Amino acid sequence: MSVPSAPILQMENISKRFGRVAANAAASIEVGEGEIFALVGENGAGKSVLMSILCGVLRPDAGRILFKGQPLKLGSPLEATRHRIGMVHQHFMLAPNLTVAENYLLGQGSPLRLLWRTTDVAGRIAELSRRYGLEVRPDAFVRDLSVGERQRVEILRILFQGAELIVLDEPTAVLTPGETDRLLKLLRELARDRKTVIFISHKLDEVMRVSDRVSVMRDGRVVFSASTRDTNPRELARQMVGRDVPTDLPARAASPGEVVFSVENLHCRNDLGLPAVRGVSFVIRQGEIIGVAGVSGNGQSELARALAGLIPATEGTIRLNGEEISGLSSHAINRRPIAHIPEDCAANGVVPQLPLTENAILQRYDRAPFATLGLLNVRAIESHTQALVEKFHVRTDGIHAPIQSLSGGNQQKFVVARELARHPDFLIVNQLTRGIDIGASELVMQAILEQRNLNKAILLISTELEELFALCDRILVMYDGRLVGELPPDRGRLEELGLLMTGEAIEARRLREAVPGAVSGDATQ
Amino acid sequence: MQIASMLDFLSTTVGADWRLATPLIFAATGEAICERAGVLNIGVEGIMLIGAFSGFATSHATGDLALGFGAGMASGFLTALVFAVFAVTIKANQIVAGVAINLLGLGLTSFLFRTYFISTGRGVDIARPLNIPFLSDIPYLGPALFQQNLLVYATIPVVIAAWGVLFRTSYGLTIRAVGEHPKAVDVTGKSVALYRYSAVLIGGVLGGLGGAFLTLAHANQFVENITSGRGFIALSIVVFARWSPIGVFFVSLLFGLFYALQLQLQADPNVRVPYQALQALPYLTTIVALMLVRNRWDAPSMLGIPYWKA
Repeated sequence: MSVPSAPILQMENISKRFGRVAANAAASIEVGEGEIFALVGENGAGKSVLMSILCGVLRPDAGRILFKGQPLKLGSPLEATRHRIGMVHQHFMLAPNLTVAENYLLGQGSPLRLLWRTTDVAGRIAELSRRYGLEVRPDAFVRDLSVGERQRVEILRILFQGAELIVLDEPTAVLTPGETDRLLKLLRELARDRKTVIFISHKLDEVMRVSDRVSVMRDGRVVFSASTRDTNPRELARQMVGRDVPTDLPARAASPGEVVFSVENLHCRNDLGLPAVRGVSFVIRQGEIIGVAGVSGNGQSELARALAGLIPATEGTIRLNGEEISGLSSHAINRRPIAHIPEDCAANGVVPQLPLTENAILQRYDRAPFATLGLLNVRAIESHTQALVEKFHVRTDGIHAPIQSLSGGNQQKFVVARELARHPDFLIVNQLTRGIDIGASELVMQAILEQRNLNKAILLISTELEELFALCDRILVMYDGRLVGELPPDRGRLEELGLLMTGEAIEARRLREAVPGAVSGDATQ
Repeated sequence: MQIASMLDFLSTTVGADWRLATPLIFAATGEAICERAGVLNIGVEGIMLIGAFSGFATSHATGDLALGFGAGMASGFLTALVFAVFAVTIKANQIVAGVAINLLGLGLTSFLFRTYFISTGRGVDIARPLNIPFLSDIPYLGPALFQQNLLVYATIPVVIAAWGVLFRTSYGLTIRAVGEHPKAVDVTGKSVALYRYSAVLIGGVLGGLGGAFLTLAHANQFVENITSGRGFIALSIVVFARWSPIGVFFVSLLFGLFYALQLQLQADPNVRVPYQALQALPYLTTIVALMLVRNRWDAPSMLGIPYWKA
């Protein structure tokens, strides 16, 4: 166990129960001044609860917190703010109907304070914004900002309030690779300014890259602490899961077979009615996993939804086993051997208030074996649900609990289980492992590979390049609604992939064609 | 129609419009603040009725008009407090709690009115017009705008104050955040429940005042169900005005116009439309208005949803 030289924060034997579940069980951490401290663990290990206790949002049942040697009054957000402890929550604490500046003023000062001028606030925001290279427009409404921008706003708010200890709860879960790099750089800069940073993560590569020390939580306890340079990802993964995790996935299967799924010149529009997919064509054969890489927002979501029949194609054809399915209703597509694991399953893949049993049969509620003559077959549904839960080790309070009572990772596992149980010939997967922990990731990735070995055709859309490299036979790159390149899953060509994803390769080519002599990708910036 | 009589008609209509819009402005302004905090109080009809009755009864007993208005506001406050206990503390379904308040308002005021007043038939002195020197003498314009009673004039400062509080104070900022993302307020250490209570109570006071206006400035009597749906119209005004007090003022005037026209046209012997059809005008307008704004739904996200702390 490692101990920081000058601890600024000591949390000792923190315990917190929710009903029967012990979210924290005598958890202790020590954090040194000006260091970047990583708190890692699987979903539900108690990291967020421990940090919410630090910030006074939750009151622990037992334990104490020393900050700069002084005991902290527990369960009071004001106390935390007074001691300059600030937290960037996983779900941002920004009201979308207010401007950035208004959000910064929220909860500050007396309710009777008049806010005629927000210009001095805007000035301070601009100053901080320059100092840390975080672009933030004070008068922009939060609802108009992207997730990455909102996070910048949130971090800057904590700094605006003068925080010296900054807690970030899974800050990279919502970011693209480029944004992640910028964030990690920012954390380094903060540490250089003698600010102390605690960041929660389950992405071990980030932890290894940026942190000075790391503690691992499992089942509410801190089971491991070390200097980052004295440990390694394998050790951390073992501590997180509580057993050895195989880092290598099984070898690739045999050569691909017949064409299962083909798309020709597909066009479709996004929710705003703007063209989002603009002439996409590809084929997928049996036993093949095709990846689609790209920075999110380049038409991948619309592609997945169009293929699943959720939004109409404005042009082009989609064929499954030779039959044209474009133009069919989603109900008709549901009856064909095609399955869809949507992005953000908790939002798009389940009905949160319904129990697991009903979520298990969402697409098949009207058919044998789950229904006879319009009456539900409760026994068959229950045993089917039970089987899904057991096969994918879904952690639940029982199959009759509403699915929203499950953690995000467990909901994801459940949706994967449900879709695979439909025995599809073709499987659309959008963001397989986003926001879920190592154990669950490993399980669902294994399951996808098994499907490939069963000669299924799979389309895997992802912003996690590691996932694509680990699973795919070919990687297509999507940029601005078009497929702009195809690469083998070769890590050596990561840089090329990055250029394709950001569109720089395309822009450079366009520029070359337009202005002979200009070749550099940077010239287009 | 001659020019002079047309101007007369216009002048009367505008004057009546503002006067008839006044109870709507008070009630809808209060409701807008309440809904900005995320609490949907459909009990505003009941609150107005209770305000109307309390105002009438108090004024009747004491002969003091100001006391009557005070009683209207106080009873609105208390009724809203009952609603807030259910909606905020107990976290009951806000629609159900609101319906209960409406039923309570109708039943209680009818019962008390029949028990104590039905046979007396005696009205109260109503708020007198306050002629503004010089301005009230301007032909046509004077009678329309400057010969109103004090409460009609008061709609302007009330609406401006409500706007100022919502958009130019720390309190209003917090109210708007509480209706949109209460957790963001909770983590700053402020009490979401306290802010919601305050917004509901402000709504109650203004609703009670709007109700009292009906018996102490509009009619001089209480009759059963005197509000006849004005609370519900206030609810749709809030939607149409997109939760802005300034918007509430102008949208209320639009609805007031249909009340005024209805009265004017009924009095006109040349108009041969059944009076029931004219009376339906404000309600038909409500339905049409709501159909028009259905695509511009930008209500506070947490409207009607109780907040559970962690």
